Amino acid sequence: MSGASTLFEKIWHAHRVHTSADGDHLIYVDRNLIHEGPFYAFDGLRRAGRSVRRPRQTVAFPDHYVPTVGRERGVEAIVDADMRRMVEQLASNTAAAGIPHFGIDDRRQGIMHVAAPELGFITPGMTVTGSDSHTATHGAFGAFASGIGASQVEHVMATQTLWWQAQPRTLCVWLDGTLAPGVTAKDMALTVIATLGVSGGAGYVIEYAGSAVRALDMEGRMTLCNMSIEAGARSGMVGPDETTFAYLRDKPYAPPAAQRAQAEAVWRGFATDPGARFDREVRIDASAIAPMVTWGTRPEEALPITGRAPDPARAEAAARERLQGALAYMGLAPGQALEGLPVDRVFIGSCTNGRLQDLRAAAAVARGRRAVVPSIVVPGSRTVKAAAEAEGLHEVFLAAGFEWRDAGCSMCVASNGDSVPAGERCASTTNRNFAGRQGRGSRTHLMSPAMAAAAAITGRLTDVRTVGL
Amino acid sequence: MEPIGVVDGVAIPYLHDDVDTDRLIPIRFLRRPLADGYGRFLLADERFDAAGAERREIVFNQPAYRDGTILLSGHNFGCGSAREGAVYAVRDYGIRVVIAAGYSDIFRMNCCWNGVLPVVLPIEAIAQLVAQVEAAPGARIRVDLPAQQVHGPDGKAYSFDIALPVKQRLMAGLDQIAGTQQLQAQIDAFERAHYARMPWVMNREA
Ligand code: SF4
Repeated sequence: MSGASTLFEKIWHAHRVHTSADGDHLIYVDRNLIHEGPFYAFDGLRRAGRSVRRPRQTVAFPDHYVPTVGRERGVEAIVDADMRRMVEQLASNTAAAGIPHFGIDDRRQGIMHVAAPELGFITPGMTVTGSDSHTATHGAFGAFASGIGASQVEHVMATQTLWWQAQPRTLCVWLDGTLAPGVTAKDMALTVIATLGVSGGAGYVIEYAGSAVRALDMEGRMTLCNMSIEAGARSGMVGPDETTFAYLRDKPYAPPAAQRAQAEAVWRGFATDPGARFDREVRIDASAIAPMVTWGTRPEEALPITGRAPDPARAEAAARERLQGALAYMGLAPGQALEGLPVDRVFIGSCTNGRLQDLRAAAAVARGRRAVVPSIVVPGSRTVKAAAEAEGLHEVFLAAGFEWRDAGCSMCVASNGDSVPAGERCASTTNRNFAGRQGRGSRTHLMSPAMAAAAAITGRLTDVRTVGL
Repeated sequence: MEPIGVVDGVAIPYLHDDVDTDRLIPIRFLRRPLADGYGRFLLADERFDAAGAERREIVFNQPAYRDGTILLSGHNFGCGSAREGAVYAVRDYGIRVVIAAGYSDIFRMNCCWNGVLPVVLPIEAIAQLVAQVEAAPGARIRVDLPAQQVHGPDGKAYSFDIALPVKQRLMAGLDQIAGTQQLQAQIDAFERAHYARMPWVMNREA
């Protein structure tokens, strides 16, 4: 290649195995992450008599179906036979194939988007696939990480490659400026989605750049990249820098000391060159971002906490019906103020906001106060849980009346049975506010961990800046 | 997967934007064995009430549309979760073709892997088709993949684009893995050079 290139283009070209006469690209996959979901892929391989080509390049974590209580009993804690089979068959399928598996009893188990990076499985310049749409999380390391369906997982396991019909286009989202107190990576993500719209990123890989992105730690970058899919993008990424390299230095599966200098030298090359052209660029003033909360049933339906739900009567005719439907589902009146809206429960966790920094931010708000609605904290991994306990965060939460659970997806998607009852309003640190996402009839408001903790102690949607940080 | 050529069938008008995969198949069904068929899980929380009874007002439950094999919808169809179960549900329900104004990338790919043809038409064309179908419930639409055309109930033809390799694979009902494995020597050569350059990418023993 000649001239200046973007980070994405460099990774793409470094992994292109073949381009067919029809213009399809065969891309090599460095790391493939799986959870219980794509059992169909193992069934397919078995049916065709195929084996997993490079089993150690895939890593497996049960996360969707693991319980968040009773974990000392291991798989016995799963009452539902179907859920239990999901966890057990991931263990047996991966054992048979030789795939590393961090199972329900493993102290390193967690949501795959939390546990894989913290173990050092993801490094700059990699291509990463995952059986889950939030695989974009791993782009925080300067990797090209994309969610795929079970058939594609089967293809990756069989060949260690994946076909792309077209090279994704590049979109640079610049976030410059210093974040105001109480504003986090989650508020940046919700602002980006509200700006682009839920399909505004379709066909693109987003690179997040600018001083506000550089200032984020790895956890914040993961939160930001995680939600790229909610703007319709295939992936999101942040160019690797000293923050990235420092994070990887003590991680068990990251390059060992003997390889580190060589690795870091190569990683430094995985950066967008000055003057490289993106297909599209969007600029957002990060210093103007306020704590955000969603009011509707699409992630783009997000507003500053000081905002009001829209009034369909004032909307364009084409949007009116959908707005009315979203307001009705959410139990909101047109123009209703978001601040002060009573909530029924609070969920702090998920692959978006279940990391140690997230729990610290929530604990800082909860410390010395009392939750007035049922509130649960679910660490994103058992590693996060242990680290939080080592610094006493669990005591802060327990003293404030929060439940302190074990690691998994939990109430983000309700597939393990932790769900929001119909009609209840939940302040949630997750990534999707779709109708029924947290349980049939559930009403989800997405926000940052500090905002969720503020909602827990007041029982209402609350501007975290007013409760003291 | 079952090959697709010409699909001449009843069209189901389901003109909504942003139909997400959580909606197409609620997650509680994704732990069911695929051999049982996923068709009854399609849009389950809309087609059935909390007691499991069919809701009459949903087009899927109306007699004229019961045997629909073509689904008409709006923008950003299949957004959200990567769950391939959403496509299994569409396919097992008996739908061979989805006609929408746009798809999430992951859903569109999942369709192509499972013998479901994702056609993109402008929203105005879809609105015309929906209007005709609603005026005469049970009206048929003809989707001709070889010719890349959709023929409405009134005979009007709309052309659509599809990448040639995808078209060929859908028409042949081909398994892509076998094709890729023919490139094995190339993959091997790539791998050697790649791991020489970035040896740490090769996962070590724990
Ligand atoms: S935490 Fe939620 S979004 Fe993340 S992988 Fe689990 S279910 Fe998906």
